[in-house]
Amino acid sequence: MSSIEERVKKIVAEQLGVKEEEVQTEASFVEDLGADSLDTVELVMALEEEFETEIPDEEAEKITTVKLAIDYINDNLA
Amino acid sequence: MSEQKVALVTGASRGIGRAIAEKLAADGFTVVGTATSESGAEAISAYLQAAGNAGCGMALDVASDDSVDVVLKSIAEQFGAPLVLVNNAGITRDNILMRMKADEWSDVINTNLNALYRVSKACLRGMTKARWGRIVNITSVVGSMGNIGQSNYAATKAGAEGFSRALARELGSRSVTVNSVAPGFIDTDMTRELSDAQRDLMLGQIPLGRLGQPEEIAALVAFLCSDVAGYITGETLHINGGMYMA
Repeated sequence: MSSIEERVKKIVAEQLGVKEEEVQTEASFVEDLGADSLDTVELVMALEEEFETEIPDEEAEKITTVKLAIDYINDNLA
Repeated sequence: MSEQKVALVTGASRGIGRAIAEKLAADGFTVVGTATSESGAEAISAYLQAAGNAGCGMALDVASDDSVDVVLKSIAEQFGAPLVLVNNAGITRDNILMRMKADEWSDVINTNLNALYRVSKACLRGMTKARWGRIVNITSVVGSMGNIGQSNYAATKAGAEGFSRALARELGSRSVTVNSVAPGFIDTDMTRELSDAQRDLMLGQIPLGRLGQPEEIAALVAFLCSDVAGYITGETLHINGGMYMA
């Protein structure tokens, strides 16, 4: 079983169509990884499926970087 | 079609909505049609079953957040997420504006326009994920021409066309198309209520000299829902016998 960090990074790479090594922990989805607003919504949907959870819209809007996604999953699923 | 896509048609118990549901069923979609009442839903189930379709009728109040929430969940569980959505349900509460009550205004806005927000939003997740989707909003020639006594109705229909164009831009990158179909004077219960004098007056304005049939609207909607129509989006298609030429 890979770590939460690895799983999040893998999903980000798949959803945004970038290489996994480009998905740095500090990377911003929009500024660094070229995501548009619809990409960020779909990314949250993919995270919800991977971690079998529901992320409320008001929380989802705050998840703008890889680190914030990892932190959210750690805080809410650990 | 190898795997059957699910098509959701609101307001499908009679008139244009029923013709659309029957045509989409004939084209190979699994069709879920909605009506405001349980008896309406049963009637839809009956004609879909008679056509050999795996879908069914369901009672849905498009003016209610809770109802939309419950019914969309139930569709997803029973059939899978709809990849085709035809927003057809609509009401009229005609009155000249100087006499129009606040509830005549707000009922029409809520059922005809706010429902687009509710129902469309609930279907987007499935469509964006599938990288394929079709949304068709049934509007009216009145949205372009205006009509005495229908300021509320005309506002919702013109609004729906603007909504379609904005949503078409949002979803284009996911191969989801959003279009409007604007019927003119169609032979349904709604127009059968008119007096002979009103009817003759309307017919005089229509170059083709007759009412449209629900099946003629359904054929256009079904085309927009097909794979070959994938390059048409954000468009309003008028179908009115020449009564209004944009």
